[in-house]
Amino acid sequence: MKFSWRIAGEAGQGILNTGLMFAKACMNNGLYVFSSSDYPSLIRGGHNFLDITISNEPVHSCHEKPDLVVALNKESIEKHGSIANAIIYDKLEKDGTKNKKAFPVPLMTISQECGSIVMRNTVAMASSLALIGIELETFNNVIKHSFKNKGENVINKNIEAAKKGYEYSVKNFKPLVKLPAIKNQKMYLVSGNDAVSAGAIQAGCKFFAAYPMTPATSILHNMAFNEENYNIVIKHTEDEIAAINMAIGASFAGVRSMTATSGGGFALMVEALGLAAMTETPLVAVDSQRPGPATGMATRTGQGDLSFILNAAPDDFPRLVIAPGDVEECFDHTVNAFIYSEKYQMPALILVDKHVSISHKTVPMFKPIKNQRYSMIDKIPNNYLRYKITSSGISPRTIPSQLKGMHCASSYEHDEKGNESEDSENRIKMHDKRFRKLESLVKEIPEPIIYGPKNAKFTLITWGSTKGAVLEAIKELKNVNMLHFIYLSPFKTKNLIEIMKGKTCVIEGNKTSQLSALIKQNIGKGPDYKILKYDGRPFTPEYVIREVKKILRIRN
Amino acid sequence: MDIEDLNTMENPTWCPGCGNYSLVSAIRSCIADLGWKQEDTVIISGIGCGSKLPHYVNVYGFEGLHGRTLPVATGVKLANHKLHVIAVSGDGDGYGIGANHFLHTLRRNIDITYIVQNNEVYGLTQGQTSPTSPKGYKSPSTPHGAIEEPLNPIALAVVGGATYVARAYAFDPKSMKELLLDGMRHKGFSLIDVCMPCFAFNKVITVDWFKQHMKQLSDINHNPSDKFSAIKYSYFDNASFYFGLFYHEQKKTYNEELEQLRSKPLIKQDIKNIDISKFIKEFE
Repeated sequence: MKFSWRIAGEAGQGILNTGLMFAKACMNNGLYVFSSSDYPSLIRGGHNFLDITISNEPVHSCHEKPDLVVALNKESIEKHGSIANAIIYDKLEKDGTKNKKAFPVPLMTISQECGSIVMRNTVAMASSLALIGIELETFNNVIKHSFKNKGENVINKNIEAAKKGYEYSVKNFKPLVKLPAIKNQKMYLVSGNDAVSAGAIQAGCKFFAAYPMTPATSILHNMAFNEENYNIVIKHTEDEIAAINMAIGASFAGVRSMTATSGGGFALMVEALGLAAMTETPLVAVDSQRPGPATGMATRTGQGDLSFILNAAPDDFPRLVIAPGDVEECFDHTVNAFIYSEKYQMPALILVDKHVSISHKTVPMFKPIKNQRYSMIDKIPNNYLRYKITSSGISPRTIPSQLKGMHCASSYEHDEKGNESEDSENRIKMHDKRFRKLESLVKEIPEPIIYGPKNAKFTLITWGSTKGAVLEAIKELKNVNMLHFIYLSPFKTKNLIEIMKGKTCVIEGNKTSQLSALIKQNIGKGPDYKILKYDGRPFTPEYVIREVKKILRIRN
Repeated sequence: MDIEDLNTMENPTWCPGCGNYSLVSAIRSCIADLGWKQEDTVIISGIGCGSKLPHYVNVYGFEGLHGRTLPVATGVKLANHKLHVIAVSGDGDGYGIGANHFLHTLRRNIDITYIVQNNEVYGLTQGQTSPTSPKGYKSPSTPHGAIEEPLNPIALAVVGGATYVARAYAFDPKSMKELLLDGMRHKGFSLIDVCMPCFAFNKVITVDWFKQHMKQLSDINHNPSDKFSAIKYSYFDNASFYFGLFYHEQKKTYNEELEQLRSKPLIKQDIKNIDISKFIKEFE
């Protein structure tokens, strides 16, 4: 059973926060939730909406057509009233709506009766809960939790407004559905950025430097909010160049460190990415993509940075590129990014996008891990060589304060000691050494994962945030499965080669199909079809189904 | 520790007679005098002739990217504030491409010693005008003379919030060492702008030029706690170019302001068992 709820209104009306409170009320009834927001790059005015899919089983995406929309202004009634199956709006709106299932609720009137005009959202949420058969009690708890810093008075007023809104709906309307309250393990409503932050903290990240850039900014906020809880130093720097160089400095001094930005900020970091590679300093950097080029569309989503991330910085060097596709993957693979980056002394890049960064999902508590340090030595030999040529390519690393471990790390090509060298033989040895690390790394990272029927006739190939919509879509499509890439560099080909024996279609959020190019580059053959989207909006299951049916010539 | 232990015995790539020889000796001698342990000392540089310096001092070193000396040095210091951190850049590196970092690092009073090898020209790229070259300076990049006014690093540092600001002359090693020692001892951000005429490329700002214009702040009535006086004497009035201690104040350093660093440096934080339940509680 699945139910799609949408709340729409003007930027500044608190749509996003309200929506998340509603989602939490559902979550606390044991239901699974996926929530995705659509908002412009401004602070007041402009049209906003937030979609929430609620289900009794895990849910991975939102849907195009809401079962119920809460329209908080005239524009929202017009925009969403005709798409949604049902609509809640303020009874004071004179023109009403043509939607047959219209639920006019005196949102403003109830809010005013309870002592303030700002509680319309609370009234609307409570009315919505009544319409889907969820008890009010869980929502009251969410109010208490969400407004705990605003004081008793605000909490009580909101609880009263919720009660009146709930009672109004119960009294005047027939419920649309009765969503079950199920017993479930304790869940948390977490966004991709939250999970990246949690992963970083779990992995022992002690230094984080960044410059704000949508949609990566909430990582900075999360880390800063927790700086004293976990003894992490957070630096909001003058620019992204400073952020990445500071992170490299901190890592050189021995602490695990990270930076996060979007494509434009990452463009500024590119030279220093090469610095991390050349000095073999571990580093984790996040690029949360938005459409470009240049400033592009700040609050929209896209997957146009793949080729850029894979190739950023002059000349070749090995790098990890990891593209988590959902909240759980954000946590797990951020932890891995820290481990691999330290173990292989190479930059690890986490490639997410607005859709995975800012969408929320209900997940159980993340699995704790025990940290250990990698590729660092305590017993330092005489004549220690920081960049020793080894068969694995990994050289033993020392950090400042270690006696006998002294060396100078250089952005110039260098010899085993670290001294600058332009000797041709040395250059070949060093370049080969850096690349040799890939041989063991590639064995350690996972193959792309197959979801759905193993021997399906048609395979959709995805990476990153596209996972969710396609996972939902293959439930509805017969004989179609999917192959999902999380690790894009190094690139694993075993499962891919197997899958490519059948018919395949790459689905991704960019114009030129950058994953197809990567596949072709690696195995000499591209996919049979491509479904591409670059309008700044995420894929929906419906979109995927429509496009796949076109390809397979399936009529509805 | 013997001062010879601080020499890596690598052959410097500087031109004969370059002021960097006397600077690197002075730095080694200061480290020895201060009793800083080699393993607890880090020298960070950018790119340029002068930025090769970390290779010639037997401590930890990091030769980063052009202009990015200060962010790397800041990261090192915040990761382990028990380390002694020295940053070295040329005038192109520090005041040109890295000027934005310079301005913002000044505001932070991070406890590092910043030594700028100021030869008023780009050396390694063969003689172009630098941010401190005088107006009218002719070079391959400004064949008709530089139009911009030179940047005044001393005034910028004073206005920007540096807590120790001095100018030294590489060919006056005794005074240079005193200023370096003082700056290295200083708790907080110290800038020591070290003038060193470039024999290869700078035919305008030469040893003779300095002989003609060099004046000592210690010879005049200047109070180093007076910002306005510091700024006044930082300007070249076509007659006097001042050396010595321009400005000095004591103030809390960046890491002293951080609650997280109160008990121990970041590097000493135990990361084995981290419990994220406190983090995740917000998302209930």
